[in-house]
Amino acid sequence: MSALLQVDKLGKRFGGFVALDGIDLAVSAGERVGLIGPNGSGKSTLVNCIAGALRNETGTVHFDGRRLDRLPAHRRTRLGLARSFQLPKPFHSMTVAENLHVPALYTVNARHGAHLSNAQIDARVEEVLTQVGLHEKANRRPRDLTQIEMRKLELARAMTADPKLLIADEAMAGLSHSEVDDILALLLRLNAHGVTVIMIEHIMRAVTSFSQRLVVLVAGRKIADGAPEEVVRNPEVVKAYIGE
Amino acid sequence: MPYVRTRYFCLIAALVTIALAFASRLATNDYFFFAGYVVLQYVVMSTAWNILGGYTGYVNFGTAGFFAIGAYTAVVLHKLFAPPLVVDIAAGGVMAGLVGLGMGYLTLRLRGVFFAIATLALAIVLQTLVTNWDFVGGSRGVYIIRPETGPFGHPYIQFLFLVMLVLSAISICIARAIEHSKLGYGLATIRDDELAAESAGVPTLKLKLIATVLSGALMGMAGAPLPYYVTYLDPTSGFNLGFAVNSIAMPLIGGTSSWLGPVIGALLLATIQQIATVTISSALNLLIVGVIMVGFVVLAPNGIIGLFERGGRARRRPTEKEAA
Repeated sequence: MSALLQVDKLGKRFGGFVALDGIDLAVSAGERVGLIGPNGSGKSTLVNCIAGALRNETGTVHFDGRRLDRLPAHRRTRLGLARSFQLPKPFHSMTVAENLHVPALYTVNARHGAHLSNAQIDARVEEVLTQVGLHEKANRRPRDLTQIEMRKLELARAMTADPKLLIADEAMAGLSHSEVDDILALLLRLNAHGVTVIMIEHIMRAVTSFSQRLVVLVAGRKIADGAPEEVVRNPEVVKAYIGE
Repeated sequence: MPYVRTRYFCLIAALVTIALAFASRLATNDYFFFAGYVVLQYVVMSTAWNILGGYTGYVNFGTAGFFAIGAYTAVVLHKLFAPPLVVDIAAGGVMAGLVGLGMGYLTLRLRGVFFAIATLALAIVLQTLVTNWDFVGGSRGVYIIRPETGPFGHPYIQFLFLVMLVLSAISICIARAIEHSKLGYGLATIRDDELAAESAGVPTLKLKLIATVLSGALMGMAGAPLPYYVTYLDPTSGFNLGFAVNSIAMPLIGGTSSWLGPVIGALLLATIQQIATVTISSALNLLIVGVIMVGFVVLAPNGIIGLFERGGRARRRPTEKEAA
């Protein structure tokens, strides 16, 4: 299997509601994939099934050659699969820097041959905070942050885990034009350093300029998968977004 | 609060314990030891409760159950072969820790109020079992004859007081060590947001089980000397809901964010209760707890510690910027 992430026939129901129906998805190492779809189409559910916050009922998820389905979320993170949450979930009793200490202590240090000393962790946290532009807020608590800073913290925490694959779940919703560009640049930089990125986004400008490939979910089914310019012209996609 | 390394903290705690042990020799009346024992017992209980309740955010209402497991383990051992008290305490800790592990597996998927109810139910189930267990006296209760003197030749109650003093020091050291460790970070992430904790690589179930086991074991250890203290133990007093209410109220009044809160809360509240028992009436205890709790919820929701920590607490080592 050459793909970094391989999702086969993944299905998830909530009671009688079919949230995901036979999703196939392959993402190669180093790729930038955009995942789009109308509200309620199952994007976040798919991410939750991949990252382990939800269990899929049918189908399989393989990551880096290992089967993930039965692993708890923290094991998946340790294998190199990090995600940010659509609604930021900071650890509110900790400072911004301490928030990043957690993945350093529990993910990076849980991997073989990667034990960081306290000084190395501090340096790593400092480095990530500088990258996302939060270093001046290192000792503040999440409640003192603005919306965009909160989203940056969310991304920073995922980045500190040193992932092979980063899933950014609507990291830019509600941000201004220039703020979106900030985050885009950040994700592109990460990708240039070899991190595979799956971006879930409603802001078409951002997702089309970022992605090498677009995947479209509608009502729990994958209806398109291909180059962005083709996908946005796909009649089914247009129908789902604009109607007939 | 300046940061002190854990091993120095434990050293200081040991020195304070020894100093208090010698200071207690000045007491002229055995009543001091009876009252002091109860106060220290609550120091252990509220510190233990806070490991799960304060650090991890899971409210355990079954405190009395864990406490009584310790007490009844001591009763069983006493009836079988009357080992030294240290063995009772160790066995009580192990038993309560095991029950904590089992309870954790069964109930940790529940959150908030549901978890609290499940733990309360556990205490009631255990009480029913003990009430129907003839070997430990069933509902009639059981008499334990307290030895005249402890191993150092002093009256036994003075020995029990010293035992509880040492247990307090041990539990405070454990709580404090957790607070400044990787485990403490992990527990705090669980309290803040479990989903985010998992996705940051924190093995939440494992850490929660560690917290329930530690917390339960300390409670069991606090309960083990109880039969020797009361000399007559029945299920109603061993599983008294008052233990649960007190062990929750004390950390909340003192503050749940650090080891110091439960200690202050326990010293304050238990002392007031002891004084009220003597001067007013023993039935007034829970009323006092209630009134103080209401007062604190309204005036100081973060407890006494919270009153002194404006603008963030010094939970962990401060950085150069903060220190400057």
